[in-house]
Amino acid sequence: MKRENSDSFLHELRQILPAKAVLTAEEELRPYECDGLSGYRELPRVVALPDEVAQVQAILALCQRHRVPVVARGAGTGLSGGATPHSEGLLLSMTRFNRILAVDPVSCTARVQPGVRNLAVSEAVAAYGLYYAPDPSSEIACTIGGNVAENAGGVHCLKYGLTVHNVLAAEVLLMGGESIRVGSEGFDAPGYDLLAAITGSEGMLGVVTEVTLRLLPQPEGAKLLLAAFDTIETAADAVAQVIAAGVIPAGLEMMDNPAIRAAEDFAQVGYPREAAAILLCEVDGTSAEVEQQLETVAAVLRERGADEIRVARDETERLRFWSGRKNAFPAVGRISPDYYCIDGTIPRKQIGKVLKGIASLSEQYGLRVANVFHAGDGNLHPLILYDAGNPGEFERTEQLGGEILALCVEVGGTITGEHGVGLEKINQMCVQFNEAELAQFHAFKSVFDPAGLLNPGKAVPTPARCAEFKALHGRGGESTLSDTPVSGPISEP
Amino acid sequence: MNAFVDALAEQITRTCENGGMLRIVGGDSKAFYGGAPVGDTLSLARHQGVISYEPTELVVTVRSGTPLAELQATLAGEGQMLAFEPPAFGASATIGGTIACGLSGPARPYRGAARDYVLGVNCVNGKGQYLRFGGQVMKNVAGYDLSRVMTGALGTLGIITEVSLKVLPLPEAEQTLCFECTQSDALSRLGEWALQPWPLSGTVFFDGVLRVRLSGSGAGVAAAAAALGGETCAEGADFWHDLREHRLPFFASDLPLWRLSLPPQAPPVALADQQLLEWGGGQRWLVTETQPQQIFAAAAAVGGHAVRFRGGDRANSFQPLDAVGQRLHTGLKAAFDPVGILNRDRLYPEA
Repeated sequence: MKRENSDSFLHELRQILPAKAVLTAEEELRPYECDGLSGYRELPRVVALPDEVAQVQAILALCQRHRVPVVARGAGTGLSGGATPHSEGLLLSMTRFNRILAVDPVSCTARVQPGVRNLAVSEAVAAYGLYYAPDPSSEIACTIGGNVAENAGGVHCLKYGLTVHNVLAAEVLLMGGESIRVGSEGFDAPGYDLLAAITGSEGMLGVVTEVTLRLLPQPEGAKLLLAAFDTIETAADAVAQVIAAGVIPAGLEMMDNPAIRAAEDFAQVGYPREAAAILLCEVDGTSAEVEQQLETVAAVLRERGADEIRVARDETERLRFWSGRKNAFPAVGRISPDYYCIDGTIPRKQIGKVLKGIASLSEQYGLRVANVFHAGDGNLHPLILYDAGNPGEFERTEQLGGEILALCVEVGGTITGEHGVGLEKINQMCVQFNEAELAQFHAFKSVFDPAGLLNPGKAVPTPARCAEFKALHGRGGESTLSDTPVSGPISEP
Repeated sequence: MNAFVDALAEQITRTCENGGMLRIVGGDSKAFYGGAPVGDTLSLARHQGVISYEPTELVVTVRSGTPLAELQATLAGEGQMLAFEPPAFGASATIGGTIACGLSGPARPYRGAARDYVLGVNCVNGKGQYLRFGGQVMKNVAGYDLSRVMTGALGTLGIITEVSLKVLPLPEAEQTLCFECTQSDALSRLGEWALQPWPLSGTVFFDGVLRVRLSGSGAGVAAAAAALGGETCAEGADFWHDLREHRLPFFASDLPLWRLSLPPQAPPVALADQQLLEWGGGQRWLVTETQPQQIFAAAAAVGGHAVRFRGGDRANSFQPLDAVGQRLHTGLKAAFDPVGILNRDRLYPEA
C-alpha cells in the first residue's frame, strides 16, 4: 500500500470495523510479526480483527479495490512462514471466529468457524462418543482454518487421513468478497473438486469462513506398544513388516537416539535411553480387533529384532508414552537455544539412506540433528539444533535444511509432508517442480485471485526466483529449466 | 516414456492447429457417463504397466492405460486392494479412466473415495505440456493439490498418463448381514450404527431388505456380527460386486438412471418408485423419467446434488453450478486447456 493511499484505505477500513479491531501501532503489530517459523519476521501495515463474515467480505472487497495484499492468519502456529505478514499488506486475523456453530451427532458432523481450535472440536463432541481425527502436534492451539489452509496431518493420519480426508465442506470468500461453498454434507459435490483445491492451498485462493468437519466414532479401545531397536535400519525394516502383515496401525512413530534422550530428559516417560531407535505403534478398534492386531504387531516386531517390547499397561501409561513423542519438539528446544524443524516425506524404504545422509550433512555443517518420524507414512521431521545468537548460524541451518529436502526429493519424496511451503521452502519448490508445472500452479491461482493479492510471494515461486536459485546452487542455471524434470514424483525407472 | 509424451504433445498441437478436438479414451467402458463425447479418439489403452509397486510402502504407480482388472489382480497377489472399490463397468476399464471419472464403490463412506487414495498424477495439459503433480508418498503438501482436482474432472483438464495410488491390505474376513425393514427404518438404523465403531464396509437398502457388509479382522467381524444381529446372507462377495457394477436386476431398466448424492440422513426423496440406497443413505439410485431440472431441484432442496448416470439427456448430466462456481469452472478449464480441445462438454457444456 502506498503511503499516500494508506490514509483513505485506513479510513474506509475503520468504517467496516470498530476502532479497537484495527491495529496500526507498532507495539500492537509486533505480536503478529511471525508465525511458528520465527526466523521470518515482518510487520504488516495493519492488522484487522473482524468477528463477522460480512466484515471479512467488506475487507476483502476494500483490499481488492485498493490493491492491498491480504495475509489470513489463525493461531499462527504454522511452521513454514505461511502466515508471515506482508510489509505493505493487511494481516487478517480470524481468531475471533471461534464458535462451534452446530454438532450433528446423527450425521456425525460439526459446523465450525475457522478460529476454533483443533482440540476444542474433539472436546466438544466427546460427549457423543465422537472425535475429530487430524491431530497435529499443535492441536491445543492451532485453528481449524489454519488446518484447512495447510492440510494439517498428525500422528494418526496413516489410518485416518489428513485434513483433506476429514473435511466435508467449507464456506470460502474469494479476494473481492465473493462467496463460494465447496464440498457438501454428502460424500461429494458437482464439478471439479474445489474442496481438495482449497485444502492445503496455504491461504492463496480464498479465506475460509466456515468448515463442516467429519467426525468419527471413538474407537472402543486403543493400545500402544513401545519397541526398542539397536539400529535405525532394523526399526525401519520392522515398520515395513508390520504393514506387510496387513495391519494399518492408528499411529506408527519412530524416534532416533538424540530425540529419545531429549524426550526422556524432558518428560521422563520411561523411554529406553540407550536405544538407537524406538517405535511407538498404536492399534485401535473394537476390543476384539485390538487384541488380535496387538498380537500380530508384537510377533512381527519380536521376529524383526526388537530388543524390548512394552505394551502400555493402562490408559495412563499409554498417554505417558505418547506424551514423550508429542513433546519431542519442546524437549529438543530445552537442549538447544533454538531448533529448526524440517518436514520432508520419503518412501519409507529410503529411511536408512536418508538418515545416513542427514548424519553426514550434520557433521559437515557442524550442527546437531535429532529425528522424529511419522514412520507409518514416511513423513520425516529432522530437528536441527542451532543458536540464533551465533552470527550466520541460522543461515547455515537453513542451508542444511535445504540440502535435507533436496535429498528427500532425490529419493522420490517431497519437500513438505504437512507443514506447507510458505516462505520457507519456496526455493525448494524449484527443485521439486519444473517451469511448466510452476506456471500451471500460477495459472490455477489466477483463476481464484487474478490480482494476486492473497498471500503474495508464498507457496509457489516465480520463474525469476527459480532461475536465481538454480544459478546460485550450481544446478546449471537456466539451461536446466526445461520441461524435462531432473527427478520426479513419478518417474520412469 | 518421453517418446510417448512427445507423441501426445504433437497430437495436441496438430489438433489445435486444425481446430479439432480430442476425445480421451482408455478402455471406453464409461463412454456413457457425462456429456456426449466429441472429437477424434485419443487412445491411452496401449500405455500400460505398473511402474513401481512395493506392498510395504502401500503405494502403487501405474500407467493410465493399464486395465483396472489387471491392476487389481496384481494388488490382490500381495494381499492388497484399491480400497475405494471403483466400478469398472466393463472388462476393458483402465485405471486412467477410473481416476478421470472418480467413481467409488460400496465402501466409499467407510474407506474413502477415489480422490482420497490419489497421491499423484502425471498428465499432459491442453497445451501439450507434461506435468507432474503430487507424488508417490502419502503425505505431500508441496504445491496445489492438482492431482485431486484432476480426479473426477473427466479428462477435461488434462490427459492422465501415470497415477500413484495409496493401497490397503485386503480385509482378513468379510460377512454380510440382512435385515428386513422399511426405508425409514433402514435410515435410522444406519444413523445409529454410524455413531459406533463397527467395521462396516458397505450398506445397501432396496426391496425391503437392508444389507450390511462387515470387513476387518476375523475377531472384529465376528464380534460386530454378533452385536448387530440380523441374518447372515447367503450371497457374499458376488452380491457386492454385482451392486458395484450395476448388474443387479434393479439396474436393468431402460429408463434413465439417476444418482443422488445426499447428506446420508436426508429424508426419502419421492421422485421415483424404484430406489436403491447405498453409502448409509448418502448415495441413492433412482430409475425415473422425471425432468432433470426437477431432479436437480429435489436434490438441492435436501443439501445434495444429482447426476444423470445412464439414459436420458446427456447435456444435462450434472447439477448446474451457481454463477461463481461456473466462473471458477470456466476459468480452471481455460487454465489447463486454453483452446478447449480436451474432452469438451463432457463435464459441463462449454461455450
